Amino acid sequence: MPFDWGLPPAASTFAADIDRIYYIILAVTGLAFVIVEVALVWFLIKYRGRPGRKAHYTHGSVKAEVIWTAVPAVVVVVIGILSGRVWNHIRGRDSVPPDALPVALVAKQFEWNATYPGADGSFDTDDDFTLRNEMRVPVNRPVVVHLTSEDVIHSFFVPAFRVKQDAVPGMEIRVWFQATETGEFPLACAELCGLGHYRMSARVVVQEQDAYERWLAEQAASQTVASR
Amino acid sequence: MATTAAAFDHVAHAHIDTRSFIKRYIFSTDHKIIGIQFLIMSLLFLGVGGLLAIMMRWQLGFPGAALPAGGMFPETMAPDGIMLPEFYNSLVTMHGTFMVFFAIMPLLVGVFANFLIPLKIGAPDMAFPRINMASFWIAVPAGLIMLTSFAVEGGAAGAGWTMYAPLSASAEYSGVSTGQMLWSASIVVLGMASILGSMNYITTVINMRAPGMTWFRMPLSIWALFITAILTILAIPILSGAAIMLLFDQLLGTHFFLPPQGGQPLLWQHLFWFFGHPEVYILILPAMGFVSDIIANGSRKPIFGYHSMVFAIMGIGFLGWIVWGHHMFQSGMNPTLGTSFMISTLLIAVPSAIKTFNWLGTTWRGNIRFHVPMLNAVAFVAMFVIGGLSGVFMASTPVDIQIHDTYFIVAHIHYVLFGGSLFALFGAITFWYPKMFGRMMSERWGKVHFILTFIFYNLTFFPMHQLGLGGHMRRIYDPTEYEFLLPMQGINRFITVSAILLFTTQFIFAANFVISWFKGKRAGNNPWQDTGLEWTTPSPAPHGNFPTTPTVYHAPYEFSSPHVAEDYLMQDRKVERIASPTAS
Amino acid sequence: MGPRGNGAIAGTVRFGGTPPANPTIDMSEEPDCAGKHQGAPTDPQYVVNNGMFGNVFVYVKSGLPAGAEYTAPSTPVQSGCLYHPRVFGVLAGQPIEIRNSDPMLHNIKAVPDQNRGFNISQPREGMMTSRTFNAPEIMVPFECNVHGWMNAFVGVMEHPFFATSGEDGSFTIDGLPAGTYEIEAWHELAGTQTQSVTVPETGAVNVEFTFTAPAS
Repeated sequence: MPFDWGLPPAASTFAADIDRIYYIILAVTGLAFVIVEVALVWFLIKYRGRPGRKAHYTHGSVKAEVIWTAVPAVVVVVIGILSGRVWNHIRGRDSVPPDALPVALVAKQFEWNATYPGADGSFDTDDDFTLRNEMRVPVNRPVVVHLTSEDVIHSFFVPAFRVKQDAVPGMEIRVWFQATETGEFPLACAELCGLGHYRMSARVVVQEQDAYERWLAEQAASQTVASR
Repeated sequence: MATTAAAFDHVAHAHIDTRSFIKRYIFSTDHKIIGIQFLIMSLLFLGVGGLLAIMMRWQLGFPGAALPAGGMFPETMAPDGIMLPEFYNSLVTMHGTFMVFFAIMPLLVGVFANFLIPLKIGAPDMAFPRINMASFWIAVPAGLIMLTSFAVEGGAAGAGWTMYAPLSASAEYSGVSTGQMLWSASIVVLGMASILGSMNYITTVINMRAPGMTWFRMPLSIWALFITAILTILAIPILSGAAIMLLFDQLLGTHFFLPPQGGQPLLWQHLFWFFGHPEVYILILPAMGFVSDIIANGSRKPIFGYHSMVFAIMGIGFLGWIVWGHHMFQSGMNPTLGTSFMISTLLIAVPSAIKTFNWLGTTWRGNIRFHVPMLNAVAFVAMFVIGGLSGVFMASTPVDIQIHDTYFIVAHIHYVLFGGSLFALFGAITFWYPKMFGRMMSERWGKVHFILTFIFYNLTFFPMHQLGLGGHMRRIYDPTEYEFLLPMQGINRFITVSAILLFTTQFIFAANFVISWFKGKRAGNNPWQDTGLEWTTPSPAPHGNFPTTPTVYHAPYEFSSPHVAEDYLMQDRKVERIASPTAS
Repeated sequence: MGPRGNGAIAGTVRFGGTPPANPTIDMSEEPDCAGKHQGAPTDPQYVVNNGMFGNVFVYVKSGLPAGAEYTAPSTPVQSGCLYHPRVFGVLAGQPIEIRNSDPMLHNIKAVPDQNRGFNISQPREGMMTSRTFNAPEIMVPFECNVHGWMNAFVGVMEHPFFATSGEDGSFTIDGLPAGTYEIEAWHELAGTQTQSVTVPETGAVNVEFTFTAPAS
């Protein structure tokens, strides 16, 4: 795999929104960083101690302090508003698209098990089937993951989709995404979950809609055979 | 407010010291000796924490390669010198635990609150000297319990220093039983030491200030330590309570945090971070205070905007209580709550900016002396800016989705705790060393140590930002297991080499510290030409501190005052016809 | 040393009816494991050949003097993406040697009732770990959490009079002193059965157990 500076290539619908906020913050903080560090170094050189000289005797300046209180306050409020809008789109109360495809993802030490509702579209029925350490989804279609854990806290992390959500035992958390590219994307556990944490990896396979449906039909067929 | 009765008591025997060796140096009630005891204890734990970090880095840089001298570890930790994942988890956990609870926190508070508060406010000792002694002698066994846990069956705790339940609550999940219980027990014991200490600091600052030492004549170091003590006394009981509940889950089979029987994993996180975020400010506010003292001294100027500096400390202290949820944006907590925590978190940028710009303002038109404390204090400002700004990324809820639980967080916390707190501590130790031991630390070796530390520190921690952006998870034993992390393994190796160099550099500091104790240049009363009350008394300061209780006439940082010929005006020096010194 | 004799129990375990299908294991995300199996691997819960039932643990439940001490050879365990053997016995206090025969991480988690549990890792091929249980217990489950399909069951015994039925359903417990004993056959899913047998001075007594599918 090639090395990318900064964020990895994005492959979900809201990844661009997140990345935009990231770059805005990078620009703002980068500017603040340069201003402070340049001023600091400049002052250190310019006002280095020389014998026989006294420093300028002052206790401050109300005007200057008002400026450097107000400017950061305004900037962080703007960042907050921009972030809040994106956050609301991704995680807000009604943010899960109604037509999203459901997948039940169960985390356990140290595996991911993705369960599909099968042909009848509902879970906990005979035609459910489960994939170990793999999740398969169609491209350009919202997917809602019903995330649970069997034992300890794990975290569902797909870097390319900009998705991360803890899987908490005793809770079912819904998290959605919509892939924009086909291919295979790494899925990792991001929360320390024990001695096998470092190996709790899986992959998300994104396919074109028709290929996905063919695969779904195959699974349904083999499921029927197995349950006989 | 300031009582002087106690001070008079001590005056009589200020110079006649007939205490036995044990009473004077071991079970001493003298705040200065207790401060030095804390200094030695926490520097040792700092070394332990550093060593654990280097072992972790070794595994991350060279996964599966035998540790140098790894053969000395038993089979349950590192068979054939190659560490096991469970041992790596213990290293992760214990590095964080030792650094936060047994190194940085006691260095900032145990050492300097003890040593500086009475000396800087003109008191002969702490309000409760015996409680003060108890606080140290409770902290020591807590540290020993923690250290012993490496030797018990199953090894030391391995659920991360944040101890997220249920992993921490049940040995079935972690494979660690006794070690986890010892962690909880040690934290409860250490909590008692912190509570006793803070109670003492608060009482002392309120009641024992010398005549004339009004609230707004207190040095910023004392303000910071005072606010820190208030945060500590309110935050630590939360942690102690949570740790006791965790201990009950581990030991008695209760189910506070175990969901199969109705426990709540998120309850632990709320309790832990309700303590944990004030704790973050406990770990930085005193450093900001020391840096303010040192930058004013180094710039030979009054601190810029003293009053807003005080209010900024209070503001950070207050905001620290309403931001804990920003550790939990991805935890399953209600996302709407995330938005409110984002706003309160972003607001912390405001007092932080005030402090940073006021430090800059202090150096502006100064007459700067680049002594070792000043170099470290300036490095604090430069590095704290990076740590503070990187915090804005995590505060933004959507950006946090990507960088939460990655090396970006690791970079951030180390820019605050190492780049911030530890640089401030190197500066503070060098600055007050003469008052502790009567001798100066070597200026030359101090500068060598500073420059090398500054370089290797940045080489170690800056690249971690890139790892985090690329999706490198925290606390993973072997990054090469993930194909998408392989292209960044070169960065991991680079960080490991830098970290080893950074660790090695610290031996310069250790040697300078020890050798200067015996061979350092003798210090006069006021080697840095500072204005604080502690510099009016001999170095090292005698038992009882001041021959007579000092009277304070000035604000804390009267450098380059036009009213005196020297470029510093000590707080207790009376000068005729002086303009209002605290006007801003 | 506890009492030893020349008697033996020889027997077979049968399975009546059609055994439930063994679940298939999805090893597709672990190529090094899948490579060790031909076709679709299954979890060998029911090892049944022509009505003969393997992997049933048979042991003398009562009838032996209490407090006697015995020695017996121990069984090494290989974790080769499946535990081999899956069902076995050891003497209490006897070390169990577990070896990782795969180029990947396995962990061994034991959750006993009477003994001290453990959860240890073997990140590299060829690693050997030794663990001991001190109290008798029927049966201690082993699992690997990296590969959720991996299970084994250990009978921790006070005496060496136990055996596991082979793929042909047969088992032999020898070296028993003459006497009347209660013996039990244990299977991970099919449950337990007990019988009373009288072992002669020399020679073997024949025993037969027949299991059926548990009501689901």
